[in-house]
Amino acid sequence: MREQTAKELREKLAAGEATACGLTKQYLAKIAAGDAAYHAFNTVNEAAAARAAAVDKQLAAGLATPLAGVPIAIKDNIATEDMPTTCSSKILEGFMSPYNATVVEKLTDAGAVILGKTNMDEFAMGSTTETSYTGVTKNPWNTAKVPGGSSGGSAAAVAAGLAPVALGSDTGGSIRQPCAYCGLTGIKPTYGAVSRYGLLAYGSSLDQIGPIAHTAADCAAVLQVIAGYDEKDSTSAKNVNFDFSTALHDNIAGKKIGLPRNYLGEGLNAEIRAGILAAAEQFAALGAEIEEFDMPMMDYAVPAYYIIASAEASSNLSRYDGIKYGYHPESFSDLEDLYLSARSEGFGPEVKRRIMLGTFALSSGYYDAYYQKALKVRALIRQAFDAAFDKYDAILSPVAPTTAPNLGESLSDPLAMYLSDIYTVAINLVGIPAISLPCGFDAAGMPIGMQLLGAVWSEEKLVNLAHAYQMHTDWHEQTPTHKEAE
Amino acid sequence: MTGYKNTGYEVVIGLEVHVELNTATKIFCNCSTAFGAEPNTHVCPVCSGMPGVLPVMNQKVLEKAVAAGLATNCTITQKCKFDRKNYFYPDLPKAYQTSQLYLPICRNGYVEIEGDEGPKKVRIHQIHMEEDAGKLNHDAKSGSTLIDYNRCGVPLLEIVSEPDMRSAEEVQAYLEKLKSTMEYLNVSDCKMQEGSMRADVNLSVRRVGDTELGTRTETKNMNSFKAIARAIEYEIFRQIEVIEDGGHVKQETRRWDDEKGIGYAMRSKENAHDYRYFPEPDLAPINISDAYLAEIAATIPELPDQKKERYMQDFKLSAYDAAQLTRSRRLAEIFEQTVALCDQPKEAANFLIGDCLRLLNAEGREAQSLDFSPENLAALLKLVAAGTINKTTAKAVFEKIYAENIDPAAYVKENGLEMMSDDGELDKLIAEVVDANPKSVADYKGGKKAAVGFLVGQVMKATKGKADAGKVNAKLQEILNK
Repeated sequence: MREQTAKELREKLAAGEATACGLTKQYLAKIAAGDAAYHAFNTVNEAAAARAAAVDKQLAAGLATPLAGVPIAIKDNIATEDMPTTCSSKILEGFMSPYNATVVEKLTDAGAVILGKTNMDEFAMGSTTETSYTGVTKNPWNTAKVPGGSSGGSAAAVAAGLAPVALGSDTGGSIRQPCAYCGLTGIKPTYGAVSRYGLLAYGSSLDQIGPIAHTAADCAAVLQVIAGYDEKDSTSAKNVNFDFSTALHDNIAGKKIGLPRNYLGEGLNAEIRAGILAAAEQFAALGAEIEEFDMPMMDYAVPAYYIIASAEASSNLSRYDGIKYGYHPESFSDLEDLYLSARSEGFGPEVKRRIMLGTFALSSGYYDAYYQKALKVRALIRQAFDAAFDKYDAILSPVAPTTAPNLGESLSDPLAMYLSDIYTVAINLVGIPAISLPCGFDAAGMPIGMQLLGAVWSEEKLVNLAHAYQMHTDWHEQTPTHKEAE
Repeated sequence: MTGYKNTGYEVVIGLEVHVELNTATKIFCNCSTAFGAEPNTHVCPVCSGMPGVLPVMNQKVLEKAVAAGLATNCTITQKCKFDRKNYFYPDLPKAYQTSQLYLPICRNGYVEIEGDEGPKKVRIHQIHMEEDAGKLNHDAKSGSTLIDYNRCGVPLLEIVSEPDMRSAEEVQAYLEKLKSTMEYLNVSDCKMQEGSMRADVNLSVRRVGDTELGTRTETKNMNSFKAIARAIEYEIFRQIEVIEDGGHVKQETRRWDDEKGIGYAMRSKENAHDYRYFPEPDLAPINISDAYLAEIAATIPELPDQKKERYMQDFKLSAYDAAQLTRSRRLAEIFEQTVALCDQPKEAANFLIGDCLRLLNAEGREAQSLDFSPENLAALLKLVAAGTINKTTAKAVFEKIYAENIDPAAYVKENGLEMMSDDGELDKLIAEVVDANPKSVADYKGGKKAAVGFLVGQVMKATKGKADAGKVNAKLQEILNK
């Protein structure tokens, strides 16, 4: 049978057919029994049961919060006071944050019960969750394959039924691509929709926290809770006020969806292309107008992204210096040796590669040629998307050129791994929202994903399109356990 | 001080001055900026650089920066933003300082100073906002270094001048002008000893008549005006000597050791920074409207130069006196309030410049800290004008006002300091002094007119200083000339 959605759990809780304690116990048991096979979690929340009991009390007192009793998994780059926050890095092994991220506070206020912290690529740098210091996460659909990344732990947890919903973060596709590899739905919100306070920064101008779930409706329920202005984050937008209640229907008649021809050309796996085209037909059948067009600037997005993201990362990760917290070498001869030892022993190879790349791009004499030029490319890509959204309500796009690769396949060729981000990184450069959702399976039984991109603050429209699609398809209801049972 | 002026060399100096803003809270968080607290008690996740934190701009910092720019004739950059300056040091917990490089808040200003050859303008290249770093405390006993993050995130303005100064005296005049301007604006208390005003000196020398600038060095770590003057003097002679010996001045950063009175080059590694500046992605660009500028402009008080002009006009004070009184906002306030109460500008100025500044200097105290009330100074001036006390007594009473803010009328009464008003009593004392000093009387009569001074002194002594010395003198002359 398919996994239960958060919506169904909320209905059961409201009807008194389930308790927060019962649900939490049930999911903790699943994690205890099942996670050894996937390593989705870095830490399981020991306080979850007590937290659930508190929620049950609130429920009994008639206090209805939007996510009361819903268990949720949190990516390990989101600061929590009562569990370590490690970014799956040796340099932050066991690190206890002195404060909670704003999203953690909001989830707690909304009655959610945090099950634990999920594995990820080290500092969110990677597309497979294989750069994690705590070990690789395996794809629940096929444990010989990667779950995607960097939010691979969150995706694997939801796909394996170890959590009904999870939070990920998306700097260049880190929510959407694992969703595509694991047959899930996820939203990368508009930049500024969700507070970044407490998100351990990778690329500050690109990072956004977002939900991962089985359905667009569940993603909307979580996004509703975590979005909104935060006075602690100057880049969070004022007056964000999503209302998804009017988006959950299948009336999409007259919606214009652009299908970029050049996204479907060379380099895209044929089965994925077929999946995207079939989805386009489904949208057309529901009354949407599909129009093919050419999306310019596509080839420049990956180089511009890796320069900007790495440049910001090189600065953001400088604070991990072995002095204040985190990994501290046992012996060192002087200050410089302390820095060198802490950072060369504390960071893994992919993180070091990006720090060096970013440091180089910002160095005197190269700044104009790389960073400054990348900012110009970013502005041009923004113009291209603005022009497209003058014509279309949404753009239908692949998420990744292939389905999930085998474990161990990607790290040997980092350039190929970077290029596989071609469909996702432009969205972060421009700051627009995108929803990733399943639209089929390849011949090997691995999920195929698609994404719908929209103009800034068009989350309601994107949820509407995705929800309508899910009302008329059942790709999102497939689960690994379901397949095994067949 | 000016020994190098005959060497055939000219000195070119530009300053980078850091001024700590006197906001209640830090630039990017709500921690207190108070000086002198226990280490690491004014810290939070934001200013201690914990993972995942974000800065939020303190709007007071912007107000003060704009006021400082307007008061120094700068153009305000109405679309400005922050940049990150990246470097590793344990006092910088994020390993980058949020500062401004590409679009600083103020540009192209100047201040007027009294230069070596008359009034001159020292141009200001730019003023930018940034955050301060923490402090390292080296513990000699254990050989360890402790970090205090209290100062992390205290707001700073960095004021960068053009290389327009030609001597240590001009540097001093420029710094004094900046200090008084910032005090007037209530932007900073500019205490060098507490580090709320710090100056780095960029200095080069060239032969008189040369048009190309020489190679400059940057000297850091001076914490008083005196130390700055000494460091400048030292560096001028060092550079001249290098050139005279046929060498070339090396562009480098140098550190001043005021105790030893020498400067030395910092390790070349410390010089070799590439700060990799780039726009701060965590803060939105700042847009300053014309209305906002007008609002800040309206809050700017009368500044020292304007005040000085007015004092010369309205109170007929000399340029020197007016400049002394207006150097500190607090001193000028006391002066104006005193004059409003007793209308004796000259006399008030004399006490404040002659006595008050002398007492402050002796204590090494800042005029900003003066806390006696103008009412008491005015009352003192009235006592003198009414002939109740003489000037010598008045000086002593002023010292009491300065130190303890006493009520002069009550104090004079309690201590019986009034001048002798009983002429009969005075005449009796004069007669006694004349009788007791036949030699002086003879000297006087023999033509040594100065001998009367000694006799006046004796009478004053006999009255315990309470007589009117002028009156005593007149009375004595009358007797002796008989």
